Amino acid sequence: MEKHSQRPEPKNLNSVWRFLRRCLFSVLSFGPMPKHIAFIMDGNRRYAKKMQIKEGSGHNVGFTSLVSSLQYCYEMGVKYVTVYAFSIDNFKRKPEEVGSLMHLMKEKIDQLLEEESIVHKFGLKLNFWGSLDLLPEPIRSAAEKAMVHTANNTGPVLSICVAYTSTNEILRAINKSCARFEDKTGEGSDPANSILVTDLEENLDSASCSEPDIVIRTSGETRLSNFLLWQSTFSHLQSPNLFWPEFSLRHLIWSVLEYQKVYPYLEARRKLCQES
Amino acid sequence: MLSYSSVHLASPFNHHQTILSSSPRRGLIPNDSSASFSYRPRPSPSLTSSLSPVAALPAGSSATTLVDEAEQEAAPSLPSPLKRELLPGHVAIIMDGNSRWARARGMPTSAGHEAGYQVLKKILELSYKWGIRTLTVFAFSAENWNRPKVEVDFLLMLFERVLKEGIEDFMRVGIRICLIGDSTELPESLQKLIKEVTEATKNNTKLDFIVAISYSGRRDITQACKSIAEKVKHGLIEPADITESLVAQELETNRIVELPYPDLLIRTSGELRLSNFLLWQSAYSELFFTDTRWPDFAEADYIEALTCYQSRQRRFGQRI
Repeated sequence: MEKHSQRPEPKNLNSVWRFLRRCLFSVLSFGPMPKHIAFIMDGNRRYAKKMQIKEGSGHNVGFTSLVSSLQYCYEMGVKYVTVYAFSIDNFKRKPEEVGSLMHLMKEKIDQLLEEESIVHKFGLKLNFWGSLDLLPEPIRSAAEKAMVHTANNTGPVLSICVAYTSTNEILRAINKSCARFEDKTGEGSDPANSILVTDLEENLDSASCSEPDIVIRTSGETRLSNFLLWQSTFSHLQSPNLFWPEFSLRHLIWSVLEYQKVYPYLEARRKLCQES
Repeated sequence: MLSYSSVHLASPFNHHQTILSSSPRRGLIPNDSSASFSYRPRPSPSLTSSLSPVAALPAGSSATTLVDEAEQEAAPSLPSPLKRELLPGHVAIIMDGNSRWARARGMPTSAGHEAGYQVLKKILELSYKWGIRTLTVFAFSAENWNRPKVEVDFLLMLFERVLKEGIEDFMRVGIRICLIGDSTELPESLQKLIKEVTEATKNNTKLDFIVAISYSGRRDITQACKSIAEKVKHGLIEPADITESLVAQELETNRIVELPYPDLLIRTSGELRLSNFLLWQSAYSELFFTDTRWPDFAEADYIEALTCYQSRQRRFGQRI
């Protein structure tokens, strides 16, 4: 039922499908619903190879999957979605691939700001997390423009991790904490008593968002690859064995159902684990 | 084609596969090496008796040495699916499920922890035998202090027993014990014992056995931050010198062992999360989750985890 093509669907079919989804999500919401889902969108290239299409097309289809998944998440009432779009490690790939991904990113950021896009549909607030100064100037400007443009939106939040690794994010938080500590306390004070876990948390890129309830990595790989290490430490980790462009509504529903199964235990552990 | 600035991509992580030395080790070959661990439960003890520090060990398990039958003869061979050159250099384990295991059997929680201890001994022995260089176990998290006092007290006594019972074997076979976590929260007797054992084993080189007690990954990173702030305050480093490598060096694991980053991280009992364990260090670790509860984790389960690791392609963000 979920389509990855870009052909416009007949309006009445769309309405019927939307109505059915609403019913489905109403049933789902009898159980606890995640507020924040994070995605590691792995497998675009392998998908292209599997479908025997041009290598770069896998990422394009992946973007379509992303937009669909975002739509379903926000319709379900998920408040925050975070996606791992481009890691600092990915700069090590072949220049042609990196260049092509940068080009795709610019194109998609511009697309997100168009009238008909999902950003306007849901009143999304966009965040770009990462060392944006590592990006080529056109992409960095586009990202900054998108953040400014949506800064006052009060709808759900989409955080896109680009030129990002979690260790780099933590490093930047450490730098800010050390700098603030110097400014705040001056001579004669003790870092041992002044810098707390909460200080670092406040200086992470994700400070304004709650921690992910679920982290989904597609393509069956079971590792975090330097994504949200701090924030996801109590999250429910899932690694469905399919490539990102194949991720669809039924996989998302399955993911939420899995989360709902373990929720009572997760919640009990979370209450015990209030960090001082 | 858009150009991008060249990025300094040196990573502090040891991205290479650890190639284990093929030289024969002074290994341990128990007489019953082919038998997998089996736990024969005692008749359900009362809570009071099970908390006794001198409670008898379960039948069927070794009552004396940590590495029993340590008279080795030939160099130990690996079980068939395992290949020495593909084994992880550092394995980390979240030993989850002791309480649930005990509850499912109508036994007190302490019995679950006791059974878990026996499994730990076995896994340590296997790790040593198979040439794993570093084994880290999450024995007690910073969050575990919120558990019932009776359980916490039992666990602290169990840790003392582990160290006292194991020291002789650690010295004999060359295991170095390292502790990470906030030891100031531990009873003084345990703190003293930890100092003695770590000092006594500091020159051992066969296997680094890291035990995380009262440990929190977030606090580990925060203490690294404090240490760096201290150095900046005293002019030992400039703010511009603060890099990922510097932060990594200040982490508890990185100060004490050669291989601080787990290649493989195992969590038992079906829980799919990392629970504040080795946050930074496990950035690229292969995660292996099993529904088996820790007291049921046997040699076959360990082989399965290691075999699964062997089949994974570790890319570290690149293409291969």
